[in-house]
This record gives sequence, structure tokens and C-alpha cells, in this order.
Amino acid sequence: MKALNIIETAYRGTLEEQDDTIVWLTHALKGAGADLDVLLRANAVNYAVKAQKVAPLSFGDRQQKHGPDIANDIAGLIAKGVGVYIVKDDLAERGISDDELIDGLSPVSRDGLAKLLDGYDHVWHW
Amino acid sequence: MADKKTLTFALMDAPYENARSTTALRLINIAAKRGYDINVFAYEGAVFLPFAGQQAHPNPVHGHDAEQEDHPLPREWVEAVIKEAAKNGGKVDWVNCGLCVDERGAGDAVEGVRRGTPGDFWNMAESSDNTLVIPTK
Repeated sequence: MKALNIIETAYRGTLEEQDDTIVWLTHALKGAGADLDVLLRANAVNYAVKAQKVAPLSFGDRQQKHGPDIANDIAGLIAKGVGVYIVKDDLAERGISDDELIDGLSPVSRDGLAKLLDGYDHVWHW
Repeated sequence: MADKKTLTFALMDAPYENARSTTALRLINIAAKRGYDINVFAYEGAVFLPFAGQQAHPNPVHGHDAEQEDHPLPREWVEAVIKEAAKNGGKVDWVNCGLCVDERGAGDAVEGVRRGTPGDFWNMAESSDNTLVIPTK
């Protein structure tokens, strides 16, 4: 069985979770032996931008040691053999150029999505 | 403090679901640093923000044990802003909606949180310079 996780909702709870919950879930499923890929679309294409940085939060005297590092978490998926597709049109609409992105992504146009999705037994749109 | 304010916040989101509760606590933290008197009415899922049962966990995806991961716990943030306000001459009156607590079994809250009713929210708003509602979406 091969599945595709489509991640559309971006930065939902990432400050408290210290990661994206679906990126995390994909890591966990891959670790459990799953054969799956990821498609970043809409605002989630920003997950692949190298320059993003989140300073640790502090409240009163309580200081977090570190914040989320989602671009690194995406790079980690690629290193594990998870295909990470990214919608080129969504990047262009947001003014994000290729040189701003991490390495190893597989760009796909909106016109090519139907063909891409047809290659999976399950498509999970988060 | 000549310009001391009293602010009321109505919160509605549960922890770990979005950035609204984090943003709310960041605003409350600023008010606490200024020594303001702060009222919080936690409604619906927000009653879990100060839930004492929250526990940090390791993150095998990050390769971190619990200490390295330093997983955020909103209950600690609530405790921190309560202490911060007191340190600066203000106070935080955090009221958890009692019925919201009951239906969720969220009665075990950190110190400084009390149980209340929508009437508390009304009284808080009446006695405040301003009220900010941060609803769930």
C-alpha cells in the first residue's frame, strides 16, 4: 500500500507542538515501515523555505530551549526516502523562488496533480 | 503605577490546536510585565490551558529525550504569567468556566486558577479598561 499525505494547513499549533503534526505523523509512519510521500500545497509550501526561524518562546521566567524547525523536519523526511512534492503554482503565488527552498523537493504543477494522485492507493488530505 | 490598566481576555481555544492560545498568552505576558491587573475567562476548550495533567514527552522523530525536547506545556506558561504579574505588582485572576470544566473532566488545574461562571466574565469586563475576545474558529 502506498499513501500520499497532502499537507495544506500550515503552522497550526506548531509553536506548542514544536513541529507540524502531520509532518511528525509522516515521520512516525515511515519509521513504522509505511510507504508514503508528502505533497505540500497552499500555505504549507512555506514549510520548505530554508530561512524560516522561530525564536524560543518565553513567558515570565519560563524560557523554552528551542522552537520548531519545520524545514529541517521536511529535509529529514527526504533523507528517509519520503518523496516530498511541492506545488509550483502555490510557490509562485507567494513569491517564493527555488533558491529559497531546501534541497531534494519534487516540484509539481497543479496540472500534474491528478496524475500524481493516481499513483497512490490512499490520498489523505490534511 | 499611574497608568496601571485592568485588562480582560476571553479565551476559547484548547492547547496544541493553533497559535491563538499562544498569542493570547504572549499578550498576557506583556501585560504581566507591565504590572497590569489581568482577568482571564477560559471558556470551552481553553479550560485545558492550565490543566495540571499536561506532561512533557520525548520526541523520537527529533531524536530528543524529554529534557532535550523541552516540550511546551501551556500550564507552565499560565503559571509563569501569574508569577510574572505578581512580581511586577499586578495580578492574574484566571477563571475556568465551571460547566466547560465538568463536561471535559478538566478540573485539575494549576495553582492560581479558579472555577467560575459566565457572570464572572461579565463582571470582569465591567471592571476592565478593555476586553479582548480571542474566539475559536
